[in-house]
Amino acid sequence: MPDATGLELIAQELRRAEGAEEGASAGSPVIETLFFRGRGTLLVEPGRIRAVLAHLRSRGYAFMSSLHGVDHHPHEPRLGVVYELLDMQRVDRITVKLALASDAPEVDSVTDEWPTADHQEREVYDMFGVVFRGHPDLRRILMPEDYEGHPQRRDFPIGGEPVIFTYNERQSLGSAE
Amino acid sequence: MSPTGQATPGTSPSMSDYRRREQSITLSSVEEQLDQASTEELLTLNFGPHHPATHGVLRLLVTLQGEIVREIKPIIGYVHTGIEKTAEDKAYWKVIPVIERMDYLSYYFNAYAYCGAVETLLEVEVPKRAQYLRVIHMELNRIMSHLVWLGTSALDLGAISMFWYCFREREKILDLFEMSSGQRMHTRYFQVGGVIEDIPSGFAHKLNGLLEEMPSRIDQYGALLNSNEIVLQRLRGICPLDAQTLLSLGVTGPLLRAAGNPWDLRKADPYCSYEDFDFKIPVGTVGDNYDRYACRLAEMYESVKIVQQALDGLPEGPHITEDRKVALPPRHELATSMEALIHHFKLVTEGFRVPPGEVYFPIESPRGELGCFVRSDGSSKPARVHMRDPSFVNLQSFSHMAKGAYIADLIATLAMLDPILGGIDR
Amino acid sequence: MKRELLGPPGTGLGGRVDPDVLRVRNLNARQLLRGGDLEGPNPSAHLEGADFERHVEESVMTTTLEKAVAWARSNSFFPATFGLACCAIEMMSIVAARVDVARFGFEAFRASPRQADLLILSGRVSIKMAPIVRRIYDQMLEPKWAISMGACCSSTGVFNNYALVPADKFMPIDVHVPGCPPRPEALMHGVLKLRKMVQDDPDMGWRERYDARGTEEVIPTVGGLGGVDAFQEPAAVSVPPEGDTAGA
Repeated sequence: MPDATGLELIAQELRRAEGAEEGASAGSPVIETLFFRGRGTLLVEPGRIRAVLAHLRSRGYAFMSSLHGVDHHPHEPRLGVVYELLDMQRVDRITVKLALASDAPEVDSVTDEWPTADHQEREVYDMFGVVFRGHPDLRRILMPEDYEGHPQRRDFPIGGEPVIFTYNERQSLGSAE
Repeated sequence: MSPTGQATPGTSPSMSDYRRREQSITLSSVEEQLDQASTEELLTLNFGPHHPATHGVLRLLVTLQGEIVREIKPIIGYVHTGIEKTAEDKAYWKVIPVIERMDYLSYYFNAYAYCGAVETLLEVEVPKRAQYLRVIHMELNRIMSHLVWLGTSALDLGAISMFWYCFREREKILDLFEMSSGQRMHTRYFQVGGVIEDIPSGFAHKLNGLLEEMPSRIDQYGALLNSNEIVLQRLRGICPLDAQTLLSLGVTGPLLRAAGNPWDLRKADPYCSYEDFDFKIPVGTVGDNYDRYACRLAEMYESVKIVQQALDGLPEGPHITEDRKVALPPRHELATSMEALIHHFKLVTEGFRVPPGEVYFPIESPRGELGCFVRSDGSSKPARVHMRDPSFVNLQSFSHMAKGAYIADLIATLAMLDPILGGIDR
Repeated sequence: MKRELLGPPGTGLGGRVDPDVLRVRNLNARQLLRGGDLEGPNPSAHLEGADFERHVEESVMTTTLEKAVAWARSNSFFPATFGLACCAIEMMSIVAARVDVARFGFEAFRASPRQADLLILSGRVSIKMAPIVRRIYDQMLEPKWAISMGACCSSTGVFNNYALVPADKFMPIDVHVPGCPPRPEALMHGVLKLRKMVQDDPDMGWRERYDARGTEEVIPTVGGLGGVDAFQEPAAVSVPPEGDTAGA
């Protein structure tokens, strides 16, 4: 894992590189850096995720370990996508996060650059409802195709059967009662 | 036979094609037909989810041209259990049995990935004895998982008796698990901060007995299969995939090592005292099915070595952290100490609270990199638990591997891929 | 080519055998009952009274056709290979050598449901899988039985959430085997209990053993669970009609 100073250096590079290309209107892709328990995390703008990942790849983080979603409910922006990158040569890990508002949860897909993201983005779409623009085949992967709702959002009820005890066994038996 | 493949003498030109074909002695007229466009018709076949050769409830939509596979589309989700959602509803301690049932052949690894993540968040240190015990159980689990893989894969290839031999060894390992924790599978042995109980007397003796005979058993499996003509024909040179493609697809574990890349988290980024042990990483050369098979077989030897070293060097000490805010106090203390009683009560009813933060904890499971992402918001229940399962990511490489191969090769490749649907679907 | 008949036609005797020694036992009823013997004076022909009764009891068995058929059926279950999750590994363990299901004759696991008569549902049934389980069960021919192995398919087990369905909701189950996963011995106990049920001797003897008469729960048959009508109700899971490739 890059240590705290290494993480800041990466963030600076990103700000300089990406900010310079896009021009003054774009601003920095990196919103925040976080160094927690020995691991560095970059919180980036959702629109610039492809550029950030490409830059990190050029810096050596060429393996994407994991792509998963988080729901920060009730904090807005609520839906987060987390990308875990690994540099195998230096045995270095870095995390890239982004946060999306729940009314328009769309972000660019990174599947063409990182083929490992294929099923994992589909899972984030299935479980959280994040739409990945440009994904070759964005369908539900774990739930049935016609399922409604995104189960792993925090406000989705956990569901299940009511546990039958003596006090409620008469109500739950059958539909006539 | 006339060189143009016309009907043999005895037929007239007014006969239908069918009759002509029937009466021809050579198959040349049939071969003619095969070259035509009608044989390029693609057939889409549905494999599963109930199928004896898919390892679990995996559904494959296979597009075939004759017997050659042109495209594979895996459809998963048939054993999706909502484990991650269930884990959000339970206290940190109670998540352990739930998360263990994910990749159901490597339950100690699931539990360790989760416990390791929570321990990182809590910044609690695991005593050395507990680490060694964890290594012993994890490596035994690795051997057991490879045994089940070997037994079921050989069953798929037709070497049916391998199943009984492998399960015979597996029973011995499960006896050991039952000795240490009381359960054969999904043992809840790993807890946050260490292991739930120290090993009983007799465990070391029995384990030594197993370790003495295990290498010779693996030799026997190798003797049965390594130079077997049928195994060679079915696995050697079949469905290779180079390391670069595998890396871009996120594949780790024996599949990647078979392709030549010696990436193993136990050596590259040691955790849980793996740096204390001397073992090798088996690496293949070509990356075909035979290399995958040989890699896993060799890994069994290495795991035996690790367990032997861990058992010989098992240090004295506590088996779980002494931090009473995280681990239950021993029962005899409850009768004498008031704080112990209060800690016990708090831990059992509410559970410990974890400071807010997010952590990703990767380990090397028998199938590849198993990572656990835990997000905590400061309460006693996790806000998000995500398991990065190796089989889920490895499955993406399946279509790349099996394109252009025969159906039988598809089955062999699926067996060598070692997918566990519980982990894929979670 | 004339061939010497060495024995009665149809017996296929090939060697040189004295026909008197090896003769088809076309005994008459008296000899059958009295234990007809081929050589010499036969002592059992002179059995009378109580001895005769005992001899008959030992050599003749009477049964009903149902019982005989049930006996045959129960000793030759063909389980369907239906492993879903962790319980499947323990189900494979009963085929393995330690708890050997071949002792009882159940080792012929058939892959095709058309050839199987016992469905051992081993593992968690998710909502995506439930219609498929139902379809497989429907494809099995009568008589068929189902064992729900493990806690996840009997109830929802450890996971009481949106994704699982307990098997009772969409198919009739004969034996539930608890455990997570049940030991192979426990599954074997469940299979043997089913075997006894099929032999029409459901070994519910635990009520006598624990003196638990009077603790039975009465499930109301009016408008609810009870009887075969329960499964005519709209199931919790929709079973798609034939030809519908749900989930593709």
